[in-house]
Order: sequence, then C-alpha cells, then structure tokens
Amino acid sequence: MGNLLEHMGIEKDRVHFSWISSAEATKFVDVVKEISDKVKALGPNKKFVKDYS
Amino acid sequence: MDTCIQKIREIAGDLLEKGEVERVIGFAEGSIPMATSPVAISTKEDAQKLCFSSTCGLNLANYASKEKGKKIAVVAKGCDSRNLVTHIVENQIDRDNLYIIGVPCPGMVDKFKIAAEMGGEITGFEEAGDTLIVSTVDDKKELNKQDYLRHNCSLCTHKNPVLFDVLVGEEVEEQQLDNAYPDVDAIEALTADGRWKHFEELTQNCIRCYACRNACPLCYCPTCFVDESGPQWVGKGQDKTDVDTFHFLRAFHCAGRCTDCGACVEACPMGINVRDFTRKLNKDAQDMFGWEAGLTIDKRPPLDAYSPDDPNDFIK
Repeated sequence: MGNLLEHMGIEKDRVHFSWISSAEATKFVDVVKEISDKVKALGPNKKFVKDYS
Repeated sequence: MDTCIQKIREIAGDLLEKGEVERVIGFAEGSIPMATSPVAISTKEDAQKLCFSSTCGLNLANYASKEKGKKIAVVAKGCDSRNLVTHIVENQIDRDNLYIIGVPCPGMVDKFKIAAEMGGEITGFEEAGDTLIVSTVDDKKELNKQDYLRHNCSLCTHKNPVLFDVLVGEEVEEQQLDNAYPDVDAIEALTADGRWKHFEELTQNCIRCYACRNACPLCYCPTCFVDESGPQWVGKGQDKTDVDTFHFLRAFHCAGRCTDCGACVEACPMGINVRDFTRKLNKDAQDMFGWEAGLTIDKRPPLDAYSPDDPNDFIK
C-alpha cells in the first residue's frame, strides 16, 4: 500500500508503518518523533486532500 | 481463427446437448463491427452464435462467478483462464462445475487506437492472419495487427490457457520479455510531483461509471466499497479526491490477484489506462513475492498466506 501511494506521488516519508507493543513506550516516542520530523521536513500535504469549502 | 470458432461451436453444442453443462459462456458478434459481447447460451442451436476474434477483449471469468452452483463451460483466453484459476483459489467457482474451453490467444486489438487511425465510424472489420482489414464509409485500410495490439497483450507472456479441459487450437509461442514492466519503470523514474501529476491527468476524464469495476473478474464483492452508504468510504461525486480514492482502493483490492487482462481498460468509455494503477502492484507482487496471479490452483496468493520470509523492511 505504501508502495502504491508512493507510486502515485505521495512522498514516502508521509506514510509510516510500525508495530509497537503497549510495553514499548520508548519505541513509541522514538517512532512518533521520527514521523513528525520527517513530515515537518516535507511541509503541508496538498495531495489527496478533499476541499470541503 | 475460423477453425477455432468451428471447434468452439462444436464443443459448446456437444456439451449442452449431452447435458454436461447448463450454460456456455463465450463471445458473440455485437450489433456493430468490433463490438463482440459476452453471451451465455443454453441450447445447442445457440452455439452457432459463438464467435472469437481479436476484438474479444473482455474477460469471461467475470461472468463465470455469477453462475454459482451451476455446471458451466467458459471460453477462455490465457488471461481468462488465469482469472478462472484465481476464482477457484478464492472459492468463487468449484473446479468440478467448470469446463474450460481454452483458446490460445493471438492477442486482442486496441479499439481506441484503430478508431483514431481510421477517423470516421468503422463499418467493417475483418481479420486475415496478422492483417486487419478495417473500413469506414469512405475508406478501407489494411493494418498490421501487431501495431494495434492492446498494450497488455503486447506484454503478455501467458497467451496460452494455463488451465483447460480442451484446447481449440494449436498452442501459440510465448514471448520472453527482458523487462515486463517498462511502463511502470517510466512512471517510477518521475519525481513525486511528476507521478502525482501523471495520475491526476490519467483520471481527469473519469465519469465514475464503474465500468472498469464491472468488467473486472476480481470485483465480485456483493457490495462494493464505493456503493456502501454506512459507512460511506468514499464520496460519490466527481470530486477529484474521491475519483482518485476510488481508483487507488480498487487497484489495491486487486493486489496480487490482477492478471493484467485489460478488461478494465477495454470497458472504459473514456479511454483511461486504469492499468497504470494495477500494473505497479503486479510488479511489486513479482519483485517481493515472485508471484504472478492465476498460474496454479495449488498455491495460495501472497496476501492470503504468511511466510517468515515475507518482506517486512517497510515496518519500523
């Protein structure tokens, strides 16, 4: 699914897959930090966004 | 081709007369040239309606799954047979209820391409081996079929049926390709914005008629996600995001199952190459799982089976 999204032009760093146990608090924090850093670097997403206005 | 049609008619008539099957699903001539249509016949006399030509681009496996519990026979090209295999693997048809009349496929022609070449309304279409004789009211041209093959047929490596009870012609030679996915590679070579632009332009004429879904043998869900209203997964209008969501999700439902039969493109009235979506998934299935859909009834599809060797580097 990530591959097809990337193929359609959604940047790879916007979509992340992870498996985190409820006992892995530090891993959760690390993954969220990594995701937010990568998404911030890309800036706001303009693709696949529905305009309801 | 004529002997092949004769054989199809003989076998179909014979099966119906002996009561071995209730129905035979095949192609019949349409009301205008090049518009062959799927037909289900149930009497020996109707077997004369059956035909086969390079314009039989739809996939008859699509209709086989709608005759559940009945004994049926299906006229199957290479790709139709692969979709019948997929149906058997996915428990949509019982192999014992199915008689496959296999047709080694010479490739189907791209009707949009021929229409563009001819300009006016096509009033006649004949085939003589690799030559297509196409006429309009004031023009007649002889075209080389190889130049007018559908894109998926030009890249086909399974022209011969993979599963059949009888073959109606000599097996044709399968081609070997150095690169089976040049079109996917071309899109992959673009930047992220370039790829987005490509797909935006690809679907810009989509009218949401769902002909691609209806023609697809894989789309047999009793209620398609686009038709559900509770929850409503995707908006029903012409909003670009909804159109793209439909195409993206429909393609994804075909992951590891699509045989690239081209029925979706054949059915599209707007000439959209819907295969640009599914081809990427076919390539991924090949690269990640070494899988081509519908080749054997003995193996489970990759998304249906777990293996410790499954690629998992996408997950953190």
